[in-house]
Amino acid sequence: MAVITYRDALNQALREEMQRDGDVFLMGEEVAEYNGAYKVSKGLLEEFGPMRVVDTPIAELGFAGIGVGAAMVGLKPVIEMMTWNFALLAIDQIVNAAAKVRYMSGGQIGCPIVVRGPGGAALQLGAQHSQAFESWYAHIPGLKVVMPATPADAKGLLKSAIRDPNPVVFIEGEMLYNLKGEVPEGEYLIPLGKADIKRAGNDVTIICHSKTVAPALNAAKSLADEGIDAEVIDLRTIRPLDEAAILASVAKTHRCVVAEEGWAFAGVGAQVVDLIQREAFNDLDAPVLRVTQADVPMPYNKHLEKAAKADAGKISAAVRRVCYKD
Amino acid sequence: MAVSTDNNPRSKRRGAEAPFADQYRDWLRTMLLIRHFEERAGEAYSIGQIGGFCHLYTGQEAVAVGTISALRSDDYIVSAYREHGQALARGMTPNSIMAELFGKATGCSKGKGGSMHLFDFAKGFMGGHGIVGGQIPLGAGFAWAAKYRKTDQVSLTYFGEAAANIGSFHEALNMAGLWKLPAIFVIENNGYGMGTAVKRAAAITDLYLRAASYGMPGVEVDGQDVVAVRQAMDAAVARARAGEGPTLLDIRCFRYVGHSMSDAASGTYRSKEELDASRMRDPIALLEARMRDLDLLDDATLAAMDAEVIAEVAASVVFAEESPDPDPSELWTDVYAPEGQ
Repeated sequence: MAVITYRDALNQALREEMQRDGDVFLMGEEVAEYNGAYKVSKGLLEEFGPMRVVDTPIAELGFAGIGVGAAMVGLKPVIEMMTWNFALLAIDQIVNAAAKVRYMSGGQIGCPIVVRGPGGAALQLGAQHSQAFESWYAHIPGLKVVMPATPADAKGLLKSAIRDPNPVVFIEGEMLYNLKGEVPEGEYLIPLGKADIKRAGNDVTIICHSKTVAPALNAAKSLADEGIDAEVIDLRTIRPLDEAAILASVAKTHRCVVAEEGWAFAGVGAQVVDLIQREAFNDLDAPVLRVTQADVPMPYNKHLEKAAKADAGKISAAVRRVCYKD
Repeated sequence: MAVSTDNNPRSKRRGAEAPFADQYRDWLRTMLLIRHFEERAGEAYSIGQIGGFCHLYTGQEAVAVGTISALRSDDYIVSAYREHGQALARGMTPNSIMAELFGKATGCSKGKGGSMHLFDFAKGFMGGHGIVGGQIPLGAGFAWAAKYRKTDQVSLTYFGEAAANIGSFHEALNMAGLWKLPAIFVIENNGYGMGTAVKRAAAITDLYLRAASYGMPGVEVDGQDVVAVRQAMDAAVARARAGEGPTLLDIRCFRYVGHSMSDAASGTYRSKEELDASRMRDPIALLEARMRDLDLLDDATLAAMDAEVIAEVAASVVFAEESPDPDPSELWTDVYAPEGQ
């Protein structure tokens, strides 16, 4: 199997879906002539031409809405947001139009759009460029929210997202684009709504997604040296949430830590904890703990930024606490 | 599909306008239908049969009829929250609309949309939308799809003059102009964004001038005169179908009622005198006068037509009253596409 980057896996997914279906097109800032701000769309203009790989002005609300309109009449737009921070300007179209049109029209009109781009913090970009918004979109009925952590997941999930008849918010990891991994070539789909056991274990469950998967796996590795056998569950899709996978793991391990990139308040982890206390209360041997970003805007200073972010050390510490090893 | 180029309803051009007799009759009937429908909707709202917000179209009939009559059945239409009249002009039945206002299962959106969210996909009526200006990029998106698929469909987007001040207007018109999309943007300029007069909200009150910024013609249109509206629309449709790009129509009209059922027609933000003056050029009366002038209408015909639409509207109220509420299970349907779709 070929080892490629997360960026190239997304590129493969886009290329294959555009080859397969003439209704699929890509639109966004710098996606065409510049080959993509993060080079995810490299080479696509050359192959598919300017009607299918479309550079837009800097006008997120406008081009998101044009994509939503095109989807309402049956095209399958992939709208690239240069970052999800900028997509705040387009949130009206994603939330008020894309997510609602099927319901408001009594089921007459769907919206098979994918809005995708990098989310979360990179390195020292400051408060306005370092935000994880998945809980905002996951809050909205009518949207699906997908967040791949590995190159293989990126490819399989993006292909499924493009084929999904619902509006899909597809949040890539800004720090993951250079991550390498084995990726199957050709037709390769991962169903939306299915979590993945990234590491099997018996003593504690670590629930994570996107950029917290790698630190969770690192934490699990070091915890193994301490005699704690952690299971790492990558949610992959935030909405719909794979509740069965979470509950099955907690039923096995009886302890759980939820690690996420975003803020704690009303975050994805809060939903996971609600599920576990409601459906698996009797399975628990310890309270469920959460590891999140500090509840502050992201600071620019390198040391403060590191202190704000969830990382392997913080995950390990939380695991030790739920295992009563601290 | 051309209509008379003569804007003066009192002119004597019987020979020239005679071929349009059927068209004029259709327009008059539809305008009367809208007028009576909205009057009954207002009554139903006042006794609690219609809930939520209810924005009536009374007074603006010539805009919907003049614009939509220029379209083909496969063209797209999208609007804001004052869209009952446009839905009727598009041929959606009074039954399906009144039932939707009543929140019934037989409504055009199965009772899940209400007054602000009338949809009929089969008729290309892509909805009323409730966020000011939110539908303008959608209209550009339908036009994008037509261009992408190389059909010669056009997309008609309605919005009020207040929406011309919001970012989505500028972004959508810029891209439509840049990409020469087959889009027609119609400002239904009734002079007031809720209670705010145009001059209190816009630095340049001649909104059609804004088209110059986006590489498209901007046309000021007399919205009381259905023939003038149709002529302007014909030119815009021809441009769009020919691949020459979008047009902005600034159609000056007047709503006879408040912004919604919750405010009075006049008193706080506009005067009774202003309202009365606008009624001197009532769009229905103007068309009637034009038709009488051309010997295309007599009292008996008008009375019969009026009685017919009154009965049709009355029947729609009965239909809505007698229709069932949505099944409780409908709460959970249509959030996502059915599995396997």
